Amino acid sequence: MSEIYILIEHRQNEIRDISYELLACGRKLAEEHNSTVTAVILGYNTEKIVEKIESQAHKIMVFDNEVFKEFNAETYQIALADLIQKNNPFLFLIGHTAFGMDLCPALATQLNIPFTTDCLDVEISENKLRVVRHMFDGKLAAKVLLRENPSYMLTIRAGCFPAAESNLKTEIEKLDSLVSETPDYRKFLEYIEAVAGDVDITKSDIVVGIGRGIKEQDNLAMIEEFAASIGGVVACSRPIVDADWLPKDRQVGSSGKVIKPKLYIAIGISGAFQHVAGMKGAETIVAINKDANAPIFHEADYGIIDDLFKVIPVLKEKIAEL
Amino acid sequence: MDIIVCIKRVPQTSEAEVKIDSTGKDIVKDRLTFDTNESDTYALEQAVLMKEKFGGEITVISLGEEDAEDTLRIALAKGADNAIRIKAEDFDELDAFQTSQILKTVIKDLSYDIIFAGCIATDDAYSQIGVTLAELLEIPHAALVIDFDVNENRADVHRELEGGLIEHLDISLPALFTIQTGINEPRYASLIAIRRAAKKEIQIIGKDELQQSEFISNSVLEELYVPPISKQVELLDGTAAESSSKLAGIFKEKGLV
Ligand SMILES: Cc1cc2nc3c(=O)[nH]c(=O)nc-3n(C[C@H](O)[C@H](O)[C@H](O)COP(=O)(O)OP(=O)(O)OC[C@H]3O[C@@H](n4cnc5c(N)ncnc54)[C@H](O)[C@@H]3O)c2cc1C
Repeated sequence: MSEIYILIEHRQNEIRDISYELLACGRKLAEEHNSTVTAVILGYNTEKIVEKIESQAHKIMVFDNEVFKEFNAETYQIALADLIQKNNPFLFLIGHTAFGMDLCPALATQLNIPFTTDCLDVEISENKLRVVRHMFDGKLAAKVLLRENPSYMLTIRAGCFPAAESNLKTEIEKLDSLVSETPDYRKFLEYIEAVAGDVDITKSDIVVGIGRGIKEQDNLAMIEEFAASIGGVVACSRPIVDADWLPKDRQVGSSGKVIKPKLYIAIGISGAFQHVAGMKGAETIVAINKDANAPIFHEADYGIIDDLFKVIPVLKEKIAEL
Repeated sequence: MDIIVCIKRVPQTSEAEVKIDSTGKDIVKDRLTFDTNESDTYALEQAVLMKEKFGGEITVISLGEEDAEDTLRIALAKGADNAIRIKAEDFDELDAFQTSQILKTVIKDLSYDIIFAGCIATDDAYSQIGVTLAELLEIPHAALVIDFDVNENRADVHRELEGGLIEHLDISLPALFTIQTGINEPRYASLIAIRRAAKKEIQIIGKDELQQSEFISNSVLEELYVPPISKQVELLDGTAAESSSKLAGIFKEKGLV
């Protein structure tokens, strides 16, 4: 089996956590199959990034050029297609992130490499590649076999391969890229930072998260009252923000905020992995949901399977009675 | 400005019991409700907003079985002008890559400046179709779009990254965009529009009518299973009063409130 390549994801001069997870995934597979891990970095003034991942891979390949200063699926695709065609790695791993979702399907399709996305686990046996994925709102897992081929490409879900220390001797290779300017058809203009609102949900010890189970905007008042009565703040899942019922800075999850309160109470939230990514670091997690099969119960310490409209008013009273 | 919107009819599983069928590779569908995939409704709304601003025609396209026509009719009622169903029943199991290729063989001959697709289908959750389709059509793309406008044949696009950060891009048309939820406020179809849409013709394309007959797959689903439980939850049962008392007791004991 030839090498495993992983694509380092970085943004605004910071390595993204997923990169360390991909390195851990790559090393695990390389150990199992007597292979090596090569980290590929496209960036500008990459010294700091290279330094941070040294010893995490057998080899680091660096394309250092101003065109790679910001992520651009199109420039990345040109450079990576060329690299992959020349070196034919067995496996190319990318994060299942906003970056990876924008890049992987186009890159793999251009190269005619079998690929799949949002993988939680990877199994290789006799050149066959299988992955584990989740489907149907996380209620079922699927084992998926890829078309047999000398090389493959996958995007890996965050949180599946814990980052780990490593002390490999790393060879560093600097490469010149095919691309020297950004193509006119896709130009990066700027990053726009999220606007801060009145409440910082990352600062509260108690966070009450509300989801689509609340059904109507008017019902939010009940949750606000409950949260206030226990000294907590109200946060939410994405659909509540999509509907404009709460501002974006209240959204918990991968495209919202990451919170680590002492107590998180998820009410009427199914527990999609994008939501869980934002709250799994809470010390104690409580889930209140009428669906016993909701994936949120796989994350919670305590659970009540019931109608939130019945539970919340009573729970508020019971806590007041303490 | 002509716009194509790719849409899919999906089972609503977030509150339902999901059971694996006898093949072990699919779910039991007869007791589930179906609806337009969530992000596709935002993709369609964005198309209607663009049509209202710039004119042109919207074509909605779905690779699906006969009941996908209900989904297409809702799209017609909301403002699409033409609808195409590619007959999924003419094919055996299709993976996301085959689906993209089949869509490409039909879309390449249509008139379009913009193609919109949802950023993810909530059933199989691949997030592949849109970006793959763009590559097959050899047009630029951007995934996870949460703000969109057009100026002089270029798209002004906000792409949503992690943590609420936004990437502001300038992309030449024609191009494909996968639309994230929350970009707009999807409209409801009026009753009159629904009645009118019921009479509109949906173009149906079978496998034999496609210019290509073989579509290579990237993957096969071997089995579905219930994911193992990683963390054991302590369930507090009983009536609402009983479970609430237990939870309040735990909060007190642990000094949480
Ligand atoms: C790229 C990307 C990024 C995303 N980022 C985020 C993110 O940052 N944060 C986020 O939250 N989501 C995010 N999502 C969306 C995510 O995939 C889910 O769609 C979303 O989290 C679902 O929200 P929900 O749990 O509130 O709704 P649903 O999944 O619809 O769940 C509603 C739940 O409420 C329960 N319920 C209904 N009625 C009652 C009742 N009366 N009593 C008790 N329970 C009830 C149901 O059983 C169900 O479990 C993202 C998606 C994508 C594609």
